[in-house]
Amino acid sequence: MNIVVLIKLVPDLVEELTIDSGGAGLDLTFARWIINEFDDHALEQGILLKERHGGTVTVVAPDLEGADDVLFTAAAKDADRLIKVKGDFTMANNHALARAFSAIIKDLQADLILTGVQAHNDLDGSAGPLLAECLQLPYVGYVSGVAVNDGKSTIRKEYPGGLLAEMEVALPTVLGIQAAEQPPRYVAVSKVRQAMKTSSIEELDASDLNPDGAAEIGRMFQPEAAAHAEMIEGSPEEVSAKLVGLFKELGVL
Amino acid sequence: MSATDVMTERSFYAKVLEATPSGERLRLCLECGNCSGICPFGYLMLYPPSRMIAMMRADRINKVVETDTVWMCVSCYACTAVCPSKIPLTPGLMAGIKEELILAGNVPAELQSALANSQRYGNPQGESPRKRADWTLGIQPEVRIMAKHKQSVDVLWFVGDYASYHPRVQAATKALAKVLNALGVDFGILGPDETSDGDSQRLAGERGLFEMLAEKNGKALGRYQFNQIITTDPHAYNAIKNEYPALGISYPVQHYTEFLAERIDVLKLLMKQQISAKITYHDPCYLGRANGIFDPPRDLLCAIPGVELVEMTHNHTNSLCCGGGGGGMWLDGFQWEKAHVRLSDWRVREAMNAGADVLAVACPYETPRFEDAAKTMPGAEALKVRDIAELLAEALGV
Ligand code: SF4
Ligand code: SF4
Repeated sequence: MNIVVLIKLVPDLVEELTIDSGGAGLDLTFARWIINEFDDHALEQGILLKERHGGTVTVVAPDLEGADDVLFTAAAKDADRLIKVKGDFTMANNHALARAFSAIIKDLQADLILTGVQAHNDLDGSAGPLLAECLQLPYVGYVSGVAVNDGKSTIRKEYPGGLLAEMEVALPTVLGIQAAEQPPRYVAVSKVRQAMKTSSIEELDASDLNPDGAAEIGRMFQPEAAAHAEMIEGSPEEVSAKLVGLFKELGVL
Repeated sequence: MSATDVMTERSFYAKVLEATPSGERLRLCLECGNCSGICPFGYLMLYPPSRMIAMMRADRINKVVETDTVWMCVSCYACTAVCPSKIPLTPGLMAGIKEELILAGNVPAELQSALANSQRYGNPQGESPRKRADWTLGIQPEVRIMAKHKQSVDVLWFVGDYASYHPRVQAATKALAKVLNALGVDFGILGPDETSDGDSQRLAGERGLFEMLAEKNGKALGRYQFNQIITTDPHAYNAIKNEYPALGISYPVQHYTEFLAERIDVLKLLMKQQISAKITYHDPCYLGRANGIFDPPRDLLCAIPGVELVEMTHNHTNSLCCGGGGGGMWLDGFQWEKAHVRLSDWRVREAMNAGADVLAVACPYETPRFEDAAKTMPGAEALKVRDIAELLAEALGV
């Protein structure tokens, strides 16, 4: 089975975000890029499927700072092929990303294309369905489990309120992974360093980075603290009496 | 596991040997069981140290790798301290087996995130490296950050992860800065250039990560001129003193309590405020047992006017671990599920039994751990947990 994992790099929220002078985008001059958390789950799901069914895992990531680390870490987790897509992805939206990646993925003859169901910088819809549209493939999102049998995949999809659906999808397909069947594994630094020596990254050019089709962003705002927490003072008895009073006032008791 | 992955006794032994000075002493085990008897969590380990050695000798170390109770080890050095054959159990056997567990993917999730954070941000808490010196805000005279200061200093203060970022520990860090200022010490810090010392990651089995972090610190230290290093953190002290030299990073280093004890006469003249309290001192594993520094912290406490020093049942080499070492800081949930007791509770109970008003500490792991324990233990509410630096600052009135 040929599994392709599409990875997005997103600005690391450990550093504070600032809005650029234009007011409609982030100032990414000093941003550190990090693997989108859900894409890490997509990679883990890909590796788990490979462990269960054999096959190969190809990881595709855009050429942003940190991409090499992400790809080599994937290799240390036993991914087989590493592809870095060249181009200026700093400001690329998901429409542009999906077009660029679909051009490359088309040639990979994938049975299964996995990506994270969402990312914190999805301003124009998530990348998965856009990619599926470009590739004319079916898409299922919010997936938390995948089994493969006879050219079909059986998928567990999560719905709000704790509901789960199991559905069959013909391969090839694109899946938006909500959570892998186990948390993404940790790989020791020694293994990553080993992977840097033994594996190589293929570099392919992005055909075009066309952002058309996305909603236009008028302005961005920093979140403002609107309300403050109220500290209840007093002895434990007084505090609990006040709390009960508050709950009643709010209609939860 | 494929046939080539199967770890044999020989390969495990070779690895331990390579990673640990005196690792070959593993061969000298007498099976006396002292190590497993003194281990604070030995009763919960499927394979406490002596049993693990027996498994190694029987060529069945793979069985140990399949278990998870190895993660109860808090790298406290108690086993190493009592071993009659002087086998480096904590850094050799225990860290070695943890490394095998990590390579086999047998790692509790909370530890994973601390290791991943250390890889990415250079600190286990996952804080912004750019904010590493934010604690210095407001301190006068200003704490000098080497990259900005651009001149040599006498003392390079290696602050460490918890001392830099943990809100409670920052109070002790600020206190130490004020004490150094009061003494007129010419010092600077690395600030954003500083990376986790990596010692607890090493003892949690991530040797590669330790080396990566040490290399980063080595590069940063190499950029500046100074005469010696002092550390807040006994783990950093242990790393810089005992582990970094083998990686080509070699500087004279002291723990802050040693450094200040050498200036005790000046401190005595400056300390005007009485602290009328019964104080007991907790020997941190990596200051006491692992490095033999027992007196300087006690001398400092006794120099404070009004202090009466009392000892707990376990003291000096026999001190109890706070539970934070060797990855313990990042395994609280996992260890609680297994044990339903905390080592810090035990220690706080001893401090109460010693009749202490204050439990004095000299390691950044300890203040929050013991304070949490004191909060939840009936009768311990009045026990204060203070870093020695905080007590000195109070006595100095700074
Ligand atoms: S280092 Fe401490 S916790 Fe670890 S095995 Fe030895 S005695 Fe037990
Ligand atoms: S204390 Fe030393 S000699 Fe005794 S069983 Fe443990 S490792 Fe062996």
